[in-house]
Amino acid sequence: MSAVTVPTDLTWDRVKRYSPPTRYLPIIATFALFVGLFAAGGVRYDGLADPQVLLSLLIDNAFLIVLAVGMTFVILTGGIDLSVGSVVALSTMIAAKTLEMGWSPYLSMTAVLLTGTFLGLLMGLLIHYFDIQPFIATLAGLFLARGITYLISVESISIKDPTFTELAFRTVNIGDYYIRWTAIIALLTVAVAAFVLARTRFGRTVYAIGGSESSAMLMGLRVAFTKVGVYVISGFCASLAGLLFSLYILSGNSLHAVGMELDAIAAVVIGGTLLTGGRGYVVGSLLGVLVLGIIKTLIAFDGTLSSYWIRIITGVLLLAFVVVQRFATRRQP
Amino acid sequence: MPETQTFAQRVVRHPLLWPVLALVVLLVINVVATPSFLDVRMQDGHLYGNVIDILRNSAPVMLVALGMTLVIATRGIDLSVGAIAAIAAAVACTRIVGAGDESSLTTALMATTYAVVVCVLLGAWNGFLVSVLGIQPIIATLILMVAGRGISMAVTDGQITTVNNGWFSDLASGYVLTLPLAFLIAVGVLALTALLTRRTALGMLIEAVGINPEASRLAGVRARTIIWTVYAFSGLCAGLAGLVIAANTNSVNANSLGLWIELDAILAVVIGGTSLAGGRFSLMGTFVGALFIATLARTIPNIGIPSEVNYLFKAVVVIAVCLLQSPKARAVLRVRRQGPPRGPAAPVLVKAGSTS
Repeated sequence: MSAVTVPTDLTWDRVKRYSPPTRYLPIIATFALFVGLFAAGGVRYDGLADPQVLLSLLIDNAFLIVLAVGMTFVILTGGIDLSVGSVVALSTMIAAKTLEMGWSPYLSMTAVLLTGTFLGLLMGLLIHYFDIQPFIATLAGLFLARGITYLISVESISIKDPTFTELAFRTVNIGDYYIRWTAIIALLTVAVAAFVLARTRFGRTVYAIGGSESSAMLMGLRVAFTKVGVYVISGFCASLAGLLFSLYILSGNSLHAVGMELDAIAAVVIGGTLLTGGRGYVVGSLLGVLVLGIIKTLIAFDGTLSSYWIRIITGVLLLAFVVVQRFATRRQP
Repeated sequence: MPETQTFAQRVVRHPLLWPVLALVVLLVINVVATPSFLDVRMQDGHLYGNVIDILRNSAPVMLVALGMTLVIATRGIDLSVGAIAAIAAAVACTRIVGAGDESSLTTALMATTYAVVVCVLLGAWNGFLVSVLGIQPIIATLILMVAGRGISMAVTDGQITTVNNGWFSDLASGYVLTLPLAFLIAVGVLALTALLTRRTALGMLIEAVGINPEASRLAGVRARTIIWTVYAFSGLCAGLAGLVIAANTNSVNANSLGLWIELDAILAVVIGGTSLAGGRFSLMGTFVGALFIATLARTIPNIGIPSEVNYLFKAVVVIAVCLLQSPKARAVLRVRRQGPPRGPAAPVLVKAGSTS
């Protein structure tokens, strides 16, 4: 078509006629929302336009980013993982308790990661081999992790280990600004996850299962391995997020992270991942977390709005994205 | 079913056997730990004892679970009930505090009615998202689950609102005919629901929608209206539960009121033998399931374990019940047993509940 109108094929025309692939539209929308919120905040409040605010956004939400990455894998297969908030609480508790008992910090971290991964494996096996709905199996996981947390200690335990505090407070300077290790770990997780989803056989199978599990099975893809695998990944991410969270908050408490699974799910949905599975990107989830984070920051900067508005605004955003998704997917069969 | 069944066979195949058995086992454990556990005596003109406490404490979960049963029967799920309960409590408490005469019966009635109406509307909103916009139930109700506690806090302005109204607190601590009022309300709602669903065609229509929404629509069932109605009903039940919880402490804490009650309610429904796949439901099963959860909450401190460990036991119960219901797990078990072909028994347990 464009060949006929060659004379007017100027750069500007090409820019005007360019439309991004539909599959990237949700991410672009989320990115635009983030930029819009940031710009509006920058105009309205002094000091918000500072790049350090952006870096702080990454630092303060590092654990949520990791959590959302794990959740993205699960949601892409059409499942859901409600247990992640409890696993975060369990991780902080295991870290705090083992450190209190005098374990080496590295051993303690390994214990945390192994526990979360093992819980994920258990849930994955239940879901795949016994046909239990993901929702109900991870509900059991939620209760189990929270129960074990209470079993370890009902009281809050603070973390005083020098390795942990050093890791928590050590900064990496970028010019005049700084970032913490937790944020770097979170970004690395996003990068690894994006690579796995886009470039590996495992990642492509995740999308295939989300599109249609029976088709994936008939195509001879490794459905069982992948389906259990995504819950293992989610469990691992939840425990890693738990470690980051314990670095952030430096204590283990059985009341930590109540309802954090909702934040993670909201971030994934706002990031443009379809809840029915098969479509979405990890980068979208990162942007989703950042959108939630910037809303929190805006409310903190404003000062007159109470913190509960975060919940309401998150709900409204969730509604908007879900409804738009619904109509967008209805058009393409 | 053949008429030749003996009484024993009927008992063994009854869908309520396992939930009731589980409840009895819990009670036996309690009696072993504390021999006087089942004692009930009269005090201040009403019955008093552990069992009565269990009945009273089971009311909120029972109410929520009743609404949830119907929602699950249509192959849906309602995650927002905890948030709706918090909103109901917040609305009622702020109305009572804001009223001219804080302790009068009229104030209590007006406030509770107002709160219940709000909850029915919120439930209808869920129904709208599910039936008209066609959003998956778990997602549609997730929205209100996330936003609801914020709304509840916006109503109470983030404060813990305390009320001083004797009539209102009677909702939780009052007694009628020597039994706790809260329990009687729950049983009343149960009786009404049972009457409406089992003595009219409504129950069958709900199950039809749960089995296949499209086919039931083609058969002339107004699937949309029915889905809408069950979510509104679930909102109503959640609202009542929220009121009972708030009346119990005479205050509302928007952050913690009804926290995880949706999970308890789903657990009660699942224990009662209602399948999460939809299409059949058992109100009596839900009743027993709610009693089971309340008894479990009582048992754990009674046998000397910190009550917070409750969650661990709930996890075990969820997994056990799901494995019992899962056809794959049953197949594995049956192969292991290598017993005589008990073929018909298993499908009856799976399909039971739709028979009445």
